[in-house]
Amino acid sequence: MLIDWIIFFGLAVVAIASGIGLLLSKNAIYAALNLIANFTAVAIFYLILAAPFIALAQIAVYAGAIMVLFLFVIMLLGAERLGGTSTLRWQRPLAIVLGLILIVETVLVFINRSGAIAPIVEVTADFGSPAAIGESLFSTYLLPFEVISVLLLAAMIGAIVLTRRRDQKA
Amino acid sequence: MIPLSWLLFFAAALFCIGLYGVLARKNAIAILMGIELMLNAVNVNLVAFWRYRTPEIMAGQVFAVIVFAVAAAEVAVGLALFISVYRRRKTIAADEIDMMKW
Repeated sequence: MLIDWIIFFGLAVVAIASGIGLLLSKNAIYAALNLIANFTAVAIFYLILAAPFIALAQIAVYAGAIMVLFLFVIMLLGAERLGGTSTLRWQRPLAIVLGLILIVETVLVFINRSGAIAPIVEVTADFGSPAAIGESLFSTYLLPFEVISVLLLAAMIGAIVLTRRRDQKA
Repeated sequence: MIPLSWLLFFAAALFCIGLYGVLARKNAIAILMGIELMLNAVNVNLVAFWRYRTPEIMAGQVFAVIVFAVAAAEVAVGLALFISVYRRRKTIAADEIDMMKW
């Protein structure tokens, strides 16, 4: 289907371009805004993949909560300026080499892939609904769910302890 | 629909961009943003594999939800660490935070 490819490449271009924008922007605020654009494009990908719950969670959790936290801390610390003179001279060349190695490997695997892809299972419109995920999350995956809630609690306590000032002992 | 390999290729490209961001940046917040991009790429992979290979079991989406929660926890603790470091050292440049180096 032509429309699938148009949507795919449109979204892919937006996501990759905003990712590169994240790398190139000198200001941390712009970097964060680029990352929000990237997350939104990826959320639409999830919609194409019949995962509406994941798509909305992506918008709410990633593009919403996490990026607001990023912007808040950037503005709080006044750490807008990125880059500057690097004391590690080999850092940037090494990063380019390692990133390129990874992408070349990916392209090689992509070209030399073996075996046919199994036919795609067609799904109904209400497939992958939040109800189905909730049911699965609270029955089969109940233990991981509880572990995640403990992890979130630990992260919350950790963040509070780390940011508390020393003279505020009470 | 789009073949699975194109989606994986897209996710790998996102991952590479994130990796470069992590390795090349000095600002600790920018490094954390790169890590977020990499986690996001992994999530695209998880959901794509779920949709194309085993759409009858919900495990793929559940994995993605768990990755969301881990990413949120990681960002909360990471940014709290940066605030704490900034109060003591007045910097969050990763190469100036070298107290543990001897």
